Amino acid sequence: MATSKIPELTALACIFFIFLVPFAAAGLTLMNVGLGRSRSAGHMMMASLSALAVAAIAYFAIGFAWQGAIGGPAHVLSFSGKSWNWIAAEPFFFRKLSFDGSATSLTALLQMFSVGLAAVIPLGSGADRWRLRAICLSTAMLAALTYPLFAHWVWGGGWLAQLGINYGIGRGFLDAGGASTIQAVGGLTALAITWILGPRRGKYSADGMAPAIPGHNSVFVLFGCILALVGWIGLNSAGAILFTGGEPSGAALIAINTTLAASAAALTAAFITKVRFGKPDASLTSNGWIGGLVASSASCAFVSPAEAIVIGSIAGTVVTFSIEMLELRLEVDDPGGSISVHAVGAIWGLLALGMFGQFQRPVFNLAGDNLIGLTSGVASGQWLAQLIGVATLLGFVLPLTYVANLVLNRFYPYRVAVEGERQGMDLHELGAGAYPEFVTHTDEFLPR
Amino acid sequence: MKAVGILMLPAGWFLVLAAIVLFPNPALCGAFVLVGFAVEALGLGLTFRSHLIPREEKR
Repeated sequence: MATSKIPELTALACIFFIFLVPFAAAGLTLMNVGLGRSRSAGHMMMASLSALAVAAIAYFAIGFAWQGAIGGPAHVLSFSGKSWNWIAAEPFFFRKLSFDGSATSLTALLQMFSVGLAAVIPLGSGADRWRLRAICLSTAMLAALTYPLFAHWVWGGGWLAQLGINYGIGRGFLDAGGASTIQAVGGLTALAITWILGPRRGKYSADGMAPAIPGHNSVFVLFGCILALVGWIGLNSAGAILFTGGEPSGAALIAINTTLAASAAALTAAFITKVRFGKPDASLTSNGWIGGLVASSASCAFVSPAEAIVIGSIAGTVVTFSIEMLELRLEVDDPGGSISVHAVGAIWGLLALGMFGQFQRPVFNLAGDNLIGLTSGVASGQWLAQLIGVATLLGFVLPLTYVANLVLNRFYPYRVAVEGERQGMDLHELGAGAYPEFVTHTDEFLPR
Repeated sequence: MKAVGILMLPAGWFLVLAAIVLFPNPALCGAFVLVGFAVEALGLGLTFRSHLIPREEKR
C-alpha cells in the first residue's frame, strides 16, 4: 500500500477494523486472569494494563522508527546483486509521520495496538511469579526491538517480503493478520520467559508428578475467547487490507474464515479432551479456540471456508497435545498455554498458508520502493517462503529475545521472592487482593 | 548444553540464509533450507533438554 493515500472508503473500513483490535488484547487478558490463581488476579490485570501502556510508548518512541512502513526509508544491504532490506530508517517519535489517512499512518495505528497484543501474550506464561517492573522492562524491549525488527522484515518491505521479487520464492513471506509478527513473536517470548523464570513452586515434585494447578475463573476464560474473536476479525481484516493489498469487500471472507477456524479448533479440542478424559475440558477448549484464531491469521484472506475448517481442526489438535507435552514431558510451566497457542499455533498457520494458499487476486508485496502486484493463481514455492519465515522466527527471534531477557534478568531479577509467591502476587506487589471479601487460602500445592 | 542449544538456533538460520543466496535452483535451495531447519530443531531440542529441572531442585 506504500506511503500513498488510500481511497477514503478503504481508509474508513480500515480504521473501523483497527478499532476492534484492542478487544483481542482484552480477551487474552481475561483468559490470562482466569487461568491464573485468584491471589494473583489483580496483578495480572495490572500487568496487562502496564504492558499495553509501555508497549504503546516504546513503539511510539523507538519501535516505529525501526519497523517503518512499506515504501519508507530503510537500510539496505547488498548480496550478490540483490538488495536485502533489513531495518527501517524512520525518525523516532513519529516525526515526519503525517496523519492524513495515508496507509503509513494507518499502519502506525494498527501496529501500536498490535505490539500491545504481542506484549500481553507472555504474561500468561509468567503468571504467579513474574514481577511487575520486570514485565515493564521486558515489554519495552519487545516493543522497541524484537517486534519492530521482525515486523519490518514481513510488513515493512523487508527481506522476507522481498523473497519473491529477489529470488522467485513464491510471493515472498506472507502473513496477512500477524501470525508471525504478533503471535509467534509473543509466543516465543513467552517460551524465553518461562525458561528464565522456571516453574511455579509446587508444580513439579521430586517424585516426578506434575499436579495441575487449575485456573480460578473459567467464566473469564470463556468470555475472553468471545472478546478475542471480535479483535481477531478486526486484526485479520485490517492486516489483509494494509499489508496484502486486500479490498474492504474481502472482509466477509476473512471474518468467515476466522470464525470457522476458531470454531473447528475449539470443537476439536473439546472432542479430544472428551475422548481422553471423559469430559470436555473448558481450559483446553478455550486454548484450542484461540489457537484456531492464531492459525487463521496468516491465511485468512487466501483460503476457502472449507480449508479454514481444516486449518482450525489441525490447530486444535496440535495445541491440545503441545500443551500436554510442554507441561509433562518438557517441564515448561506455562499457566496460560501461551507458548502452545501463540507460537505453535502460529507456526502451523504460517505453514498452512504455504500448503493451502490460493491467490484469486494479485497479492501485493514490496521490492525496494516499488509496489509490485504479482499475478494471481497458485504461488510456486510459497511453502518455501513460509518455511524460511518460520526458520527466521526460530533461528533469530527466539535466541534474540532469550538472550536479551536473560541480560535484563541479570540486572533486575524477573522472578518474585519465595515469600511473594506464597503470599500471592496481589498482596506482595500491589498490597491488596483482587477479591478482598474472599477467604485467602493457603497454598495447597506446597508440602507442609 | 544450554549455550550450545541456543547457538545452534542462529547456526541453522545462517544455513537457511546461505541457501537462499547460494542456490538459485528451488529444489536445492529447499533441501538446504530443510537442513537449516533440522539444525534449528536440534538446537531447540537441546535447549529444552537443558532446561529440564534437576530432581534435587523439584519442590
